[in-house]
Amino acid sequence: MKAVAVVGGSLAGLSAARALRNQGFDGRVSVISQEVHRPYDRPPLSKSFLAGAATESELALEAEEEDLDLDWRFGRYATALSPSQRSVELSDGTSVISDGIVIATGARPRTLGAASLQGVHVLRTLEDALGLKRELVPGTRLVMVGAGFIGAEVASTARGLGVEVTMISAAATPLIGPLGQQLGGIVSALHAEHGVRLIGGVEVTGLAGSERVTGVSLADGRMIEADVVLVAIGVRPNTEWLATSGLDAASGVLCNAYGATELPNVVAVGDCASWYDPVLAEHHRLEHWTGARERAAIAVSSLLSGGSEKRMGRPPYFWSDQYGLRIQLAGHLRAADSVVVEDGSADDGEFLAVYRRGDQPVAVLALGHGKSFMRWRRQLASQALSDPVSTL
Amino acid sequence: MMAVCPLVDLARGEARRLDVEPPIAVFHTEDGELFAIDDTCTHQDASLADGWLEGCEVECPLHASKFDLRTGAVDAPPAKRPVRTHEVSVRDGVIFVGVSADAPSAPAGVQVSTNAAPVSTDAT
Repeated sequence: MKAVAVVGGSLAGLSAARALRNQGFDGRVSVISQEVHRPYDRPPLSKSFLAGAATESELALEAEEEDLDLDWRFGRYATALSPSQRSVELSDGTSVISDGIVIATGARPRTLGAASLQGVHVLRTLEDALGLKRELVPGTRLVMVGAGFIGAEVASTARGLGVEVTMISAAATPLIGPLGQQLGGIVSALHAEHGVRLIGGVEVTGLAGSERVTGVSLADGRMIEADVVLVAIGVRPNTEWLATSGLDAASGVLCNAYGATELPNVVAVGDCASWYDPVLAEHHRLEHWTGARERAAIAVSSLLSGGSEKRMGRPPYFWSDQYGLRIQLAGHLRAADSVVVEDGSADDGEFLAVYRRGDQPVAVLALGHGKSFMRWRRQLASQALSDPVSTL
Repeated sequence: MMAVCPLVDLARGEARRLDVEPPIAVFHTEDGELFAIDDTCTHQDASLADGWLEGCEVECPLHASKFDLRTGAVDAPPAKRPVRTHEVSVRDGVIFVGVSADAPSAPAGVQVSTNAAPVSTDAT
């Protein structure tokens, strides 16, 4: 293999480029990035950056002296993949020919349809964060559509900025999807304690306003007044450009447990990729920072070995910072049939809970309790290593 | 020198955070070596005492930056700056840390007070 094209220049793409060099690949590495910026870190965009505590330069993912000898193609995106030509077509009419391809095109926020009202935001990019930040002035009424982690983190940051926050979720309890009924309830109580108004169990039917948004209408007939609206209802993978490639990519690029796609010499990683998960026995997109970073090395090792090398990944992990508390989750919560609080208690707000399938721990969730969380996270990892799994 | 705890109270593979300013993390590796570094990751606010200890390396629990406990050097990004290291010794079965006179390492955007205030000091 003499040349590799990495399509996507954010965390997954940069991590793949680093992995290529770490694993000894000394050929040409082209990185195609739709962004005009060098790779930057997105998690602070809903937290310290939005709060004004971190600057743009502090978001840089590359070290100053880091030189991976990459052929960067900023400000353009891939429009097609032609496997027979080994070619990636770009939006500026050029193409990149290579022997290996890493698909790392990420995802973009879902929106509420054709709303182009002023004051309606999504949060994914640096520009999104700057636009939202400008509007979060004290006394502003922010209405959050969606109550996942992005919404919850922005709610926490916005409260710190003196913004009035209303959070609307289709589920009865915010964060119930990732955390489950009981523990989702604890996190939603945290928001209520900090003055966030929670409206659960109701669908949003539309946005009101002529030029600028004035409110959010609900299925039960209510109209929630708003100065600013953040739509945080999940993401969809950036995979439309693969429509003619022959890959199954409509809901994420289908991969085996090591990032290999159905095409030889093509791997995928990060938010756009739907890896087979042996524990859940299904394909799914792991839309978290740590997955984008850690799985890049696994995918690259698949690519460079022609699929023969099968590196084990660690159990999925993510964290979220809200109201000065750190929430961490490792493992496969959806695989669990029971949950036990092992440290602290739900009542004092800081606790560690272990999720099990039968007797087997499959996930651990903690609010605070960082040290014992890491012990459990390590146990889940060593358990995964000792338990051989079937793959695609 | 600052007393940490009796050596028997810090098992191999474990770490302890000292709530001084800035906090210090003391590690007891699986091989039985002791190391001390500033506890806060130089990348973003996270406690390295809560990190993943492997050989002479600790991995930040959040972003998986890795630091060499012997030198404080960054072994894996996204951290860019090394973490400050401190001297560790054991006397009469008690772990002591000698706080470095170097400037503390701190994550971007975090101000660190330079007035170290040890919780307890060596009586000698």
